[in-house]
Parts: sequence; C-alpha cells; structure tokens
Amino acid sequence: MGMTMTQKILAAHAGLETVKAGQLINAKLDIVLGNDITTPVAINEFEKAGFDCVYDKSRINIVLDHFTPNKDIKAAEQSKQCREFACKYDIDNFYDVGEMGVEHALLPEKGIVTAGDCIIGADSHTCTYGAVGAFSTGVGSTDMAAGMATGNCWFKVPSAIKIELTGKLAKGVSGKDVILDIIGRIGVDGALYQSMEFVGEGVKSLSMDDRLTICNMAIEAGAKNGIFPVDDVTREYLDGRTKREYSIYEADDDAEYSSVISINLDELVPTVSYPHLPENTHPVTEASDIKIDQVVIGSCTNGRISDMEAAYEILKGRKVKKGVRVIIIPATQEIYKESIKRGYLEAFVDAGCIVSTPTCGPCLGGYMGILAAGERCVSTTNRNFVGRMGHVSSEIYLASPAVAAASALTGYISDPREVL
Amino acid sequence: MKAKGTVHRYQDNVDTDVIIPARYLNTQDAKELASHCMEDIDAEFACRVNEGDIMVAGLNFGCGSSREHAPLAIKTAGISCVIAKTFARIFYRNSINIGLPILECEAASEAIEAGDEVEVDFGTGVITNITKNETYQAEPFPEFIQDIITAGGLMASINKK
Repeated sequence: MGMTMTQKILAAHAGLETVKAGQLINAKLDIVLGNDITTPVAINEFEKAGFDCVYDKSRINIVLDHFTPNKDIKAAEQSKQCREFACKYDIDNFYDVGEMGVEHALLPEKGIVTAGDCIIGADSHTCTYGAVGAFSTGVGSTDMAAGMATGNCWFKVPSAIKIELTGKLAKGVSGKDVILDIIGRIGVDGALYQSMEFVGEGVKSLSMDDRLTICNMAIEAGAKNGIFPVDDVTREYLDGRTKREYSIYEADDDAEYSSVISINLDELVPTVSYPHLPENTHPVTEASDIKIDQVVIGSCTNGRISDMEAAYEILKGRKVKKGVRVIIIPATQEIYKESIKRGYLEAFVDAGCIVSTPTCGPCLGGYMGILAAGERCVSTTNRNFVGRMGHVSSEIYLASPAVAAASALTGYISDPREVL
Repeated sequence: MKAKGTVHRYQDNVDTDVIIPARYLNTQDAKELASHCMEDIDAEFACRVNEGDIMVAGLNFGCGSSREHAPLAIKTAGISCVIAKTFARIFYRNSINIGLPILECEAASEAIEAGDEVEVDFGTGVITNITKNETYQAEPFPEFIQDIITAGGLMASINKK
C-alpha cells in the first residue's frame, strides 16, 4: 500500500522506507518555531532539564509577534526572556520589533520554510507551511523545548483526507472561503488527528497566498496538517526565496485516504462563520441583517499582500460607515512597505481605517481592538470562540478580507460582489 | 497509579481560549493561570475545584490554540485526570508532555454526570463511577507514550536517554 504526501515526508525524516497511519515515530526536524507566548515556557523547560546548547542555531526561529510591541509589563518581561535566550544561543532567526511580522506570514516570506521540510512550531497555526509542500504542525512549548535540544520530535503518523479541487474561484471569492466551506462541511473535529491533502486540477488556479490561508486553518477542522502538492506556483514562489535546497514529495497513486471530499471552486461563494465555532458557516447573502461594531483585517490567516489588495479594491475612494471601527494590520514589514508603495495605506486611512504595525494583537484578544460586551466584529482571523477577542458576550464573524472590507462600508455583514 | 475525585462536567469542543483566555498569557505562573482556569464558561470553577477532582467532557476537548498554559492551568487547579470522547491533538500531546493524565472513553463521557464520584486506574484504563456503580473501559496508552508518562514528562524522558 502506498503513502500519502505527508507520510512520505515523515518517513524520510524518520529514516524509514515506509510508515503507516497510526505508527509512532521519531522524526528529524528542519525548523523549530516559537513566539513570545510559547517560547518563554519552552525556555523554562529547556533550562529546567539542564540543556546548555541548541541542536542547530540556524534551524530555530523565535518571532515576537503576539503581544508586541509589548502591551504591558508582563508581556515585556516575556519578550525580554526570549531576547536574552536568543542572544545567549546566538539564534540566527530571531525576529524582534522592527524586523518581526506575524510568524506564519514571515517565515514563508523570508524563505525559511520550504518544500519537503518537517517543521514544528509552538503555535497551532504552524500548519500554514503545508502550502509550500512541507509537513508542518503545531505543538506545545515542551515539544519546542525538546525540538530545540535534540532536533527531533515524536509523531503519530496521520491518516489523510483527500480534498479534490476542480474549477476556479469567482471574483470576490478567495482561499478563506474555500477553507471556511470545508470546515463548515466536516466540522471543527472533522479532520481530527488527520492530514488534509489538497489535490486536483483546481489546485493550479490557487495563488500561494490562497494556499497559505487554506492550510493555516486546517487546524480549525482539527487537522494535524494541511498540504498542497509542489507545482509551478510553488516553484515560482520558492525559487530565489528559499534559503535551502528543497525536496519534492508526491503521494503514491495507491495511497490510502480515510475519505475523499470533492469541491468545485466555481460553486463557492463568500462565506461567513458565525459565533462561536468556525464550523457555523453561512453564505454571506444570509448575513445581511447582522449589524457590526468592528472590522479586523489581518492575522496569520489573512494579513498578506493579496489580502491588503482585496481590502483596497473595496475601500479605495470610499468611506467606512460611521460607528464602525476598522483595524487593518499588514502581517509583515515587507507587506507594510509594499502596501505603502502601492498607495493602499493612504487609501485605508482616507477611508477612516487605522493601520497597525504587524501584531497578532486582536486575533486572540491580546490588545489592539478588544471587544466590549455584546459587540460584534467581522474578522479575517481564524477563531470565533467565546471570549476570543474580548468580552464573553462579544461575537466574532469570520470572513475573507473582501467580506470584511465590504462590511466596513455598510455597518452590516455585506457581500463584496455587490461593491466590486 | 490511581485518581479519585468529584466530576466537573463540560460539553463538546471546549477550546483552549476558554480553558485559559489569552488575556492571561502574559504570565507563565502556573498558580495565576489556574486561578483563571475555565472562567469564561464556568466562572466558579477555580473556587469550586478540589485537589484530585476529575474533568469529564465530550468531543474534541482542548481544540484551538497550542498554548501549553491550558493543560498546565487544569493540572495546577488540582484536576487529577481529564476524560473525554476525543481530544484535540495538540492538547493531547501537551498533556502527555507535561504529565496531565488524560483518557479517551466514549462510554464514560456519555454516562458520567457533574458531581459523580469517579475513580480512574491508569494501569488498566478502568474508570469506576462510584456514584452510579458503573465501570467503563478506556484504551490504555501505547508503550511509547507510557514511557514518556512514566519518566515524568517529555523532557525527563529525553534526559533519561
């Protein structure tokens, strides 16, 4: 019996000819990642266990992005602890304010993660890098500590759901709508412990930014990882960017999948996830009577240049509805700079939005846009759990940048296709 | 090894944002984290919980963020074991790595109610509901994972090697 793409990468990193679903393995890691929330806990574990060197300082990445620029004294202490650790062990890829971006936008952009890699990150959205053809999954701080010390991690080899894509997305529909649609179909535990492997002729029509958004939210269906095959879009993205030679793995023709889901991209519409689970999806057309107080456009899910472009196309030359607070956060310094060059930021400010430096801030209710009791937010982020962005009675509606921008103009959840 | 205590009962898809809200993630202090554990869905939990108590939930317990602060808050609050139909995978491995005992058992999750007295035998995977006079069988951990737990967590098991 053949192996899935994920299983092939895991087998290669475990030094095994073959692996099968359910098998427990130890795999070599190409990249280990942590942020300003998870790294301090990892540092404590690393030091408590008595380690005094890291396995490879070029493979460890620490990005201060969650509560930075620091929101309070305790957050500042956590950043300081990361900074001192990075300095002590001479960590190559340490990103502090001024260089940092939202981690899952930053690492692909810098060419740090590449096809064929085996990656862990102490952040659940580490599954983002499956977009470039890597096996990449979120873990906890102790796994990060062990990864930094040994360069290895234990895994249970996952089975996979095959997601066959056909067709092409219509105008106003994006990768966000693809992944929300899938989560709506299978539920927040529909891919629990499994891989989501995207295949089919529809793949080639998806941009790298769309693929990054889709893999980013694989975790919201419980998946261990999401992964796209390496094709011309991948090569064009990686060539000249990636810092290491990359390896291409393909699923065997006779690979076994636990289930197959077919999606015709032609048929997808702008989709909104209602509170308080990402699986509560509705077409945007059903949401037009939902009045909103705030809009957030950004995050590791949707803070990339094409997301800024989608917002710009709708907001340029228009005004945000009075009473709606609109927070736009380009995810990295490069995206920020490119948005300035292209005139996006001026258009956002003229429309009545605010633009922040890169941060995860509002997505997890850290700072920069906390919601009061009963307030509603349309957000391009990834989770709409109870209390995620503020008060327990506040509500989060997850959507694409196009839906979020269109909603900013009317004060109600709105269909971007009517404005484009 | 055994655990015995009163049950705190929760439903499906308890996420790590409600186990420990991100507004408290500016600290790693386990006691401070424990004092806010579950507060967004069960404001009285931290006051009500006693050392050794058991948490029982439905599907996909611990979904969402990878924050290890979540199992740490539960463990430090005094919970001796979490029983659920299924666990989200990052929460599952975090619990093993930090030494919070967890068991998947559909029958136990279906039958056990809030306030029941329950005893868990980790060696055999047998869960006894003293209040209802019932027993349920959970899958014991594979040997690979038992070695991590026996060593006292992932870092200790690596050090041993």
